Amino acid sequence: MQGESLSFIFLNAAIINNFVLAMFLGICPFLGVSAKLKTAGSMGAATLLVMLISSACAYGLNYLLVEFELEFLRLISYIAVIASSVQLVEMVMKRFSPALFRALGIFLPLITTNCAILGVALFQTTHEFNLVQSLVYSFGAGVGFTIALVLMAGLREKLELSDVPTVSSGLVMSLMLAGLLSLSFMGFAGLGGH
Amino acid sequence: MDSKQTPITMDTFLAQVWRDNPVFVMALGMCPVLAVTSSATNGLAMGIASTFVLIGSNLLVSMLRKLIPKQVRIATYIVIIATFVTMVDYILQAMAPAIYAALGAFIQLIVVNCIILGRAEAYASKNGVLASVVNGAGTGAGFTLALLLLGGVREILGAGTLFGIDLFGPHFQPWLVMILPPGGFFALGAWLLLFSWLKQRKTRRAELKGEPLHAG
Repeated sequence: MQGESLSFIFLNAAIINNFVLAMFLGICPFLGVSAKLKTAGSMGAATLLVMLISSACAYGLNYLLVEFELEFLRLISYIAVIASSVQLVEMVMKRFSPALFRALGIFLPLITTNCAILGVALFQTTHEFNLVQSLVYSFGAGVGFTIALVLMAGLREKLELSDVPTVSSGLVMSLMLAGLLSLSFMGFAGLGGH
Repeated sequence: MDSKQTPITMDTFLAQVWRDNPVFVMALGMCPVLAVTSSATNGLAMGIASTFVLIGSNLLVSMLRKLIPKQVRIATYIVIIATFVTMVDYILQAMAPAIYAALGAFIQLIVVNCIILGRAEAYASKNGVLASVVNGAGTGAGFTLALLLLGGVREILGAGTLFGIDLFGPHFQPWLVMILPPGGFFALGAWLLLFSWLKQRKTRRAELKGEPLHAG
């Protein structure tokens, strides 16, 4: 995978193999935080930031682990890195934008258990990306996550005004919407050109 | 915190399988549920792997529950869970390479499955070792059941097979979208729709039965 261009890596992570709609990573926040457009946008941005930091850290960490032949510790160390970068983002946000910090509330620490972030760290290792490629990949993944979240939030805001049968309200309707969204994203599959 | 021990009954196990099913009722652990259920075999393998991690982490968390300081408990649970996941990862890689290839990164992603952390925090940290193991096994069984139901439906509709066995003969036109990503959302939505319809019908019938009594 060394020969892939940076723009392709970005497009691939953001749209063609969208992390939420094609690879099913980060479904929990996707269904949990997508009720309002505004929070969805800031949640996406926070996740993007954590992804970038943890991707860079994971790259350095993996280099060390391979050097000392400690690959079996990969999972544990990645999780630790992600948990600490979430803490970092939380502190920075509290300092510079207290309003946003309050709006995201409980969902901020929960970014730790967002599988999209661990997924980025693991996939960049299996693809053997170098540092720049890893960063572009995680940026693409974060953008893709934000796109999916914002689209879903827009749909759900409209849904609140419509008359849905009570038997299918709530999670059922969200899942059906997500299915339709995912169906439309399959249209981008041809962009890959494989 | 763990002064009173709840007695171990069938309910310790069964509540997790049906009444509080982690997927259909609590809507937890959605990522692996949707991602690996393109066939019943994958679903079953994922269910068994998760059950192993659930039982192991519940056992260890419950054993150490008096030693773990409250402030760092989440971090400790994560490390315990990650240890068991690493074990499963290496065991599968050695013993079932085909399944390992099919499930891919999702084996390692069991770490961030909220069901497991949820059980450690809500049950194993407050209950005895045996009860926690039983509860973990029940949760695992409920999770596996959900994966099987979803994987079965998707495989039957999307490929015309079940556990790789051909069901409809050569003239079956597979409904391809069901094994593709959108199918996962649709199938899970349909199962939830069925359950909520059954629940609504049950409450309506109970109301109908109850009405004459109230009127009289």
